[in-house]
Amino acid sequence: MTLDHLIPFLASTAGAATPLVLAATGELVAERSGVLNLGVEGMMLVGAVTGFGVTLSTGQISLGLLAAMLAAMATALIFAFLTLTLQTNQVATGLALTLFGVGLSAFIGRGLVGQTVERLPNLSFPVLSDIPFFGPLLFRFDVLVYGSIALVLITGWMLARTRLGLIIRAIGESPRSGHAIGYPVIALRYLTVLFGGAMAGLGGAYLSLALTPMWVEGMTAGRGWIALALVVFATWKPRGVILGAYLFGGVTVLQFHGQGFGLAIPSEFLSMLPYLATIVVLVFISRKPQTILLNKPMSLGQNFRADH
Amino acid sequence: MIDRAVPEPVLPSQPRLQLLGISKIYPSVVANAEVNLTVMPGEIHAVLGENGAGKSTLMKIIYGVTRPDAGEILWEGRRVTIPSPSAARKLGIGMVFQHFSLFETLTVAENISLALDEKTRPAALAPRIRRIADEYGLPIDPDRHVYSMSVGERQRVEIVRCLLQSPRLLIMDEPTSVLTPQAVLKLFESLRRLASEGCSILYISHKLDEIQTLCDTATVLRGGRVSGTAKPKQETARSLAELMIGNELPACRLSPSTPGEVRLAIRHLSLTTTDPFGTELQDINLEVRSGEIVAIAGISGNGQQELLKAISGEIPLANPGTVQLDGQDVGRLDPAKRRDLGMCFVPEERLGRGAVPELSLASNALLTGYVPSYGTGMLRRGLIQTGAVRDFARQVIDRFNVKCGDNSSLATSLSGGNLQKFIVGRETQLSPRIMVVAQPTWGVDIGASMLIRQAIIDLRDQGVAVLVLSEELEELFMMSDRIAVLADGRLSQAVPLASTSVNQIGVWMSGNFAAPNEEASDHVAA
Repeated sequence: MTLDHLIPFLASTAGAATPLVLAATGELVAERSGVLNLGVEGMMLVGAVTGFGVTLSTGQISLGLLAAMLAAMATALIFAFLTLTLQTNQVATGLALTLFGVGLSAFIGRGLVGQTVERLPNLSFPVLSDIPFFGPLLFRFDVLVYGSIALVLITGWMLARTRLGLIIRAIGESPRSGHAIGYPVIALRYLTVLFGGAMAGLGGAYLSLALTPMWVEGMTAGRGWIALALVVFATWKPRGVILGAYLFGGVTVLQFHGQGFGLAIPSEFLSMLPYLATIVVLVFISRKPQTILLNKPMSLGQNFRADH
Repeated sequence: MIDRAVPEPVLPSQPRLQLLGISKIYPSVVANAEVNLTVMPGEIHAVLGENGAGKSTLMKIIYGVTRPDAGEILWEGRRVTIPSPSAARKLGIGMVFQHFSLFETLTVAENISLALDEKTRPAALAPRIRRIADEYGLPIDPDRHVYSMSVGERQRVEIVRCLLQSPRLLIMDEPTSVLTPQAVLKLFESLRRLASEGCSILYISHKLDEIQTLCDTATVLRGGRVSGTAKPKQETARSLAELMIGNELPACRLSPSTPGEVRLAIRHLSLTTTDPFGTELQDINLEVRSGEIVAIAGISGNGQQELLKAISGEIPLANPGTVQLDGQDVGRLDPAKRRDLGMCFVPEERLGRGAVPELSLASNALLTGYVPSYGTGMLRRGLIQTGAVRDFARQVIDRFNVKCGDNSSLATSLSGGNLQKFIVGRETQLSPRIMVVAQPTWGVDIGASMLIRQAIIDLRDQGVAVLVLSEELEELFMMSDRIAVLADGRLSQAVPLASTSVNQIGVWMSGNFAAPNEEASDHVAA
């Protein structure tokens, strides 16, 4: 393995990690308020196809990103209405949302297959980007790579330090107590689910506009599920999402760069790696029940109805 | 008194709160019917009633959690509607809940900050919390996480939280159900002090002696209606109880008995826990003999759950000799095998441990009654004998007067008291050799409580070894032969009831087992 291989490998790790960071952070906020939305994969697909379609027809990548967020939010709104207002089971509804997203995105994207757009441009910082080794490694990414890290930091600060974050954590632990004190539990959960939707949409659009600027049916390839696993991996703390996403990103990228490194392993095995890593990490996390018990939102996945 | 808003001047005769004809009807039950209630400024007013009498619903209506179907609320002479708890707080109403509304993974300051309408950062609140806490003798540390606190400390947090809002009416829902007798006295001091400053207090309870010590007036509810108002200090406990349950108070009798051989022995039981909310057990020793009731007093959360799980077999123990049934080491046996040796068990959680909510009463009877050594004939060659199961459930329902549809009613459809009667009845009907009962009458009304206690005493008179864990000292003093205290994971010696007093047990409950007790000093548990 040489430096020539290492820099592209490390750099593309960031690209693979960014959609995971975005989607997982959104889901983390929703879960912190007590809502388990298993529809991340579906929302990412809807975001990916909408973002690609809008960018293709308008030529404006920023419009594409915005549309991706709005479309995924609309999908999340269906989920929120079903689970929060009509009190359907969160697990079943989330699974249905994923299936719905897979089908809907394939339908919308029928005319988009085989086309391409200009990818989200990499930024270039004067002086910094030209430093040998560190320049390509740290200062030549697109805006969303930096934006996703900022998002995690801001979300972490919001949850830990602000009143809104405190309320979200509180209703995630005990919606009944939150309601008794007088907080609008359902309305707040709508907000967090919509935020989760927007971030999943953005993560999806990152796939179709930055990572591989094209639309392919089912192009998320399980990243929504990995984002869900990452929330557990991070034990519901935003900072852990970055670590997890870059770890998984690295493993994902390894399958493409593996041959370049001269690894004599069949590529099928390398494709299994991210999913194997997910399972291994989840087993590892589950060995520390205390950490999970103290940070897991206690009402996760349970519906709440105010009794009037 | 910097935090306390100056009360608006009101006529001394003006009631602070008046309820006129309040009714609340749920699909299956009338929770409140035409309830009238008047609370004066500075008055400590008791609302008395059995479980299901409608006390909690009435308080939720005053606090804006629930809306009434009919009736008027007058606040300081003005007609008001209270659509939400925050509206109630704006009027000056504070409430301390029976089941705490605290968030366990947050700190005290964060919890209190959530309940205040003003937007104050938790850090900035800390000095104010300390000041109010000191002023009323309710010491708490603002930076501690709630999960690490005892129930008594949690209640202090709730009270301080209310006091920070300068309430003019404080609602306390069964506040002493989790406190030691000494803590109750302290609480009463704080409440009297608050009332003397003009705050009205609505005190919900079914404990008559407390109401007689503390309250100026009482409104008694029965079946959702006001069955009378009284001056508790001028009434006897008996006359108040009759207002509450409407007929003669049943009683249970404990005749002297001679204990036989040791049936349940716990020897040097220590248990570490992986649950951050749990308590570690330290070197527990106890013997329960045939024909005696041994009581373990103590507030829940002091190791009760862990001890029960160790005895039932839910937590397998490393050393098989730490729990013995009839001299046999059973520490590694699972609950079914221990049942097979003649142990029956009434756990603390009725729904979830004692019964499966979504199963019928008959199926719930099968869940413990199938064990072969009980000889109920519910299973034959692995097949369920539906007839035998139904007959068994029917017998329990008849004998314990369980109010339900029939044996096919779902466990979750029964009221707490009726389900408890069914569970105790089921275990009793299995003719145990050893009976372990946790919180036998928690949330059960007086009539049913007496029936359950008498059933447990009858078992003991038949020679069963009985172990009872409860938070209610009054109950334990009514029905036990020997009593021990579990505090902070340590068990005191078990002393004969006659040689101790409620006061002494109360001191032990705070963890101080060294308090002198001459009569019992030679009676150390093995």
